[in-house]
Amino acid sequence: MAKYTIDPITRIEGHLRIDVEIEGGKVTNAWSSAQLFRGLEIILQGRDPRDAPWITQRACGVCTEVHALASIRALDDAVRVKIPPLARICRNLVHGAQFLHDHPVHFYVLSALDWVDVVSALKADPKATAALAGQLSDYPNSGASDFKAVQDKLKTFVASGQLGPFANGYWGHKDYRLPPEANLLAVSHYLMLLRLQVKAARMMALFGGKNPHIQSYCTGGVTCVKDLLDVDRLAEFLYYLKEMQAFIDNVYIPDVLAVASFYKDWGARNIGGCTNFLAYGNFPQNSGRYLEEKMFLPGGVIMDRNLGKIADVNPDMITEEVTRAWYKNGPALPPAKGVTQPLEDARFDYDGKYSWFKAPRYNGKPMEVGPLAQVLAAFARGHKPTKDLVVAVLKHLNVPATALFSTLGRTAARAIETKVIADEMASWVTEAIGLIKGGKLETAAEWKWPGETMGYGLIDVPRGALGHWIHQDKDNKIGNYQLVVPSTWNLGPRDAKGQVGPVEEALIGTPIADPKAPLEIIRTVHSFDPCIACGVHVIDPDTNEVRKFKVC
Amino acid sequence: MEIKAEVLEKIDAKGVSRRDFIKYATVVTSVLGLAPSMVPKVAEAMAIKKRPTVIWLHFAECTGCSEAFIRSTYPWIDQIVLDVLNVAYHETIMAPSGHNAEKSLNDAMKEYDGKYILVCEGGIPTKNDGIYGKVGGHTMLDIAKKATKHALATICVGNCACFGGVQAAAPNPTKAMSVSKATGTKTVNIAGCPPNAVNMVATVVHFLLLGKLPALDDNGRPLFAYGYTIHEKCPRRAHYENGEFVKKFGDKGAMKGYCLAEMGCKGPNTYNNCPIVKFNDGTNWPIGAGHPCIGCSEPNFWDTQSPFYEPI
Repeated sequence: MAKYTIDPITRIEGHLRIDVEIEGGKVTNAWSSAQLFRGLEIILQGRDPRDAPWITQRACGVCTEVHALASIRALDDAVRVKIPPLARICRNLVHGAQFLHDHPVHFYVLSALDWVDVVSALKADPKATAALAGQLSDYPNSGASDFKAVQDKLKTFVASGQLGPFANGYWGHKDYRLPPEANLLAVSHYLMLLRLQVKAARMMALFGGKNPHIQSYCTGGVTCVKDLLDVDRLAEFLYYLKEMQAFIDNVYIPDVLAVASFYKDWGARNIGGCTNFLAYGNFPQNSGRYLEEKMFLPGGVIMDRNLGKIADVNPDMITEEVTRAWYKNGPALPPAKGVTQPLEDARFDYDGKYSWFKAPRYNGKPMEVGPLAQVLAAFARGHKPTKDLVVAVLKHLNVPATALFSTLGRTAARAIETKVIADEMASWVTEAIGLIKGGKLETAAEWKWPGETMGYGLIDVPRGALGHWIHQDKDNKIGNYQLVVPSTWNLGPRDAKGQVGPVEEALIGTPIADPKAPLEIIRTVHSFDPCIACGVHVIDPDTNEVRKFKVC
Repeated sequence: MEIKAEVLEKIDAKGVSRRDFIKYATVVTSVLGLAPSMVPKVAEAMAIKKRPTVIWLHFAECTGCSEAFIRSTYPWIDQIVLDVLNVAYHETIMAPSGHNAEKSLNDAMKEYDGKYILVCEGGIPTKNDGIYGKVGGHTMLDIAKKATKHALATICVGNCACFGGVQAAAPNPTKAMSVSKATGTKTVNIAGCPPNAVNMVATVVHFLLLGKLPALDDNGRPLFAYGYTIHEKCPRRAHYENGEFVKKFGDKGAMKGYCLAEMGCKGPNTYNNCPIVKFNDGTNWPIGAGHPCIGCSEPNFWDTQSPFYEPI
């Protein structure tokens, strides 16, 4: 049985290696390996807890903001402060803007080239492309002359002989199924999105200070009171929101549906599908500790693809284990009690240890997290905007709900989640204006250092369920800090029972036309939107220190 | 302001509008601190026919600097990639993975040996021979040594590549360090966490225009962007002089945009042009959003400027 290594996996955040065995034109086994360790959690120890959001935000600059949010939620929880309504709305606006940025960028910049053949676009007829665009929506700048300009630009680029990032792509691969016109349309939208994402980032900067890496959250609320009370700022936010919504409704969603329509067999055969799903929920509509929060997007736990049965998230069911990771063996433990003993030798062993990621489990099971899990949870809870959109997408493609358990389902769920959030955000701005009109201008609640305390912050982020756990000691310093992040859930290794991680499960069974051009594999890997820098866990190579975490 | 006809023809051949092109040449000229009379020279540098090759490597980092770079609007990122530079290797945007990705890197290093501009994002883990970071089976340490040796110039973007960054903060579990220190190479350091896209573009243009690196401070940072402190140019400076300070977040002073010195602002310690150019095309910046500066363009700021909320 032939083994293939794909390293580096590109168009992701961070450093990931994927190994597969291929037999009879199919993946029969898979290994996902994180290739970088940074050690942020050990760096946090002994520091001022208020610095944690800024340090942990540097876990990732692609999914920027999200760690600052999970961290500030853990800090709020640790000091038991309830944030004022205006601050809660502000955080939701900034967090929502991150989805509006991140998801379209993922589809067009990080994953589209797995489905779209750029070289084929050179052969397209711009008039036919304009006709196709007209069938999908009436988005502006979609005339024959617009598509011809893009094609001419591409031709000049190719003629220069310097193909830059497009060199050595899998162009001409037989599983690129889109006709030339659809390819040219998608390439045009790729270029459009590259400019539009700048505006989504500005939405975030309006109340975040900058993007990437916002700097406007504080324990108890937010710092950007001056921006929030400035109606011009709120109006500007709405203006960008409208522009993003126009793109999501008229370009992003139709493009996802158009691509999916050529790959219905990937849905029907559940290629790239997983079994269990976990979402923490998103966008709190009231202030309080996690279990008291009512979320706009409700979370939950779904096992064995059973959408008829959804359970509440119980944070005590979360464990991490290290049998197949480059750490000394130990039992599966909750993150709050984490023990971490790294090895000094990080050799890749197919039958042994092979990753810097730990393996998170919920009630002992591997769980897919991310847009698909969040959309399935909202669907199972009967969340109307989500349910309506899921039903509409399934109907448009004429596929059963079971097709959602696939790489395509994951890709469609990301677009659905984007639209559901975008459609709700204007109402949050209205709510903020109402508060301002009513004189409720508080943006940062008072709080006191409580002495030794514990807190946790759970929230869904573009890549899935994100949790931060903090222990503050009696001197108001960080005693311990743990992150369990979406990419560790999705891309973590096997466990002691030999259960594969979600991306490994998803890859097994994938048809491969040409093992030397692993297009089908990177499609599924990309559909999880991996972020490897986020997921690499703490180790302390100097001391091999065993660290314990007290449960709250 | 006369721009040579041949330069304009080259711009036309790239499919960029002349108006857009001159606009961004003008912005870049001003960021570089050059006189307006230099705009034609800048335009000429940006219009050269064979696009200069850039190899962009990711080490121990968060990709925030790449994200910052794609926020560029003068020029737009699609213009940078298709018209201005030959971005031969950049893991976040390139089409191929695995062997084909490695081929792109090897081909570019061979074809443009000694001629490519190396951009580094991320620090280099050096403990235990660098096992804490690998790409394609090679340690980042080995990759960085090889790539810097064959580069025409090495530009570090972001605090990690410039100074080691967040993973190098105490106790520095992986002994991460700057590209310069890990490889013994002189680098231009576009500091910040992340740096402003405007400063990245301006540095490259400076190089293309004058054929040499910009004047640098003792920390390798271009003086055109890092020649003065945040405090010197801060729009809240008058409040500082008047003794008007934010006492706690959300208070009356915060609503009025008072000085953040008592909330821990590190503006007086920090060299950067944020108060002038701001971020995201002038949309906002941290002090504008009512948050103290954390000193993110200073070497080892995670240790030297923290705790961030304690006054200097």
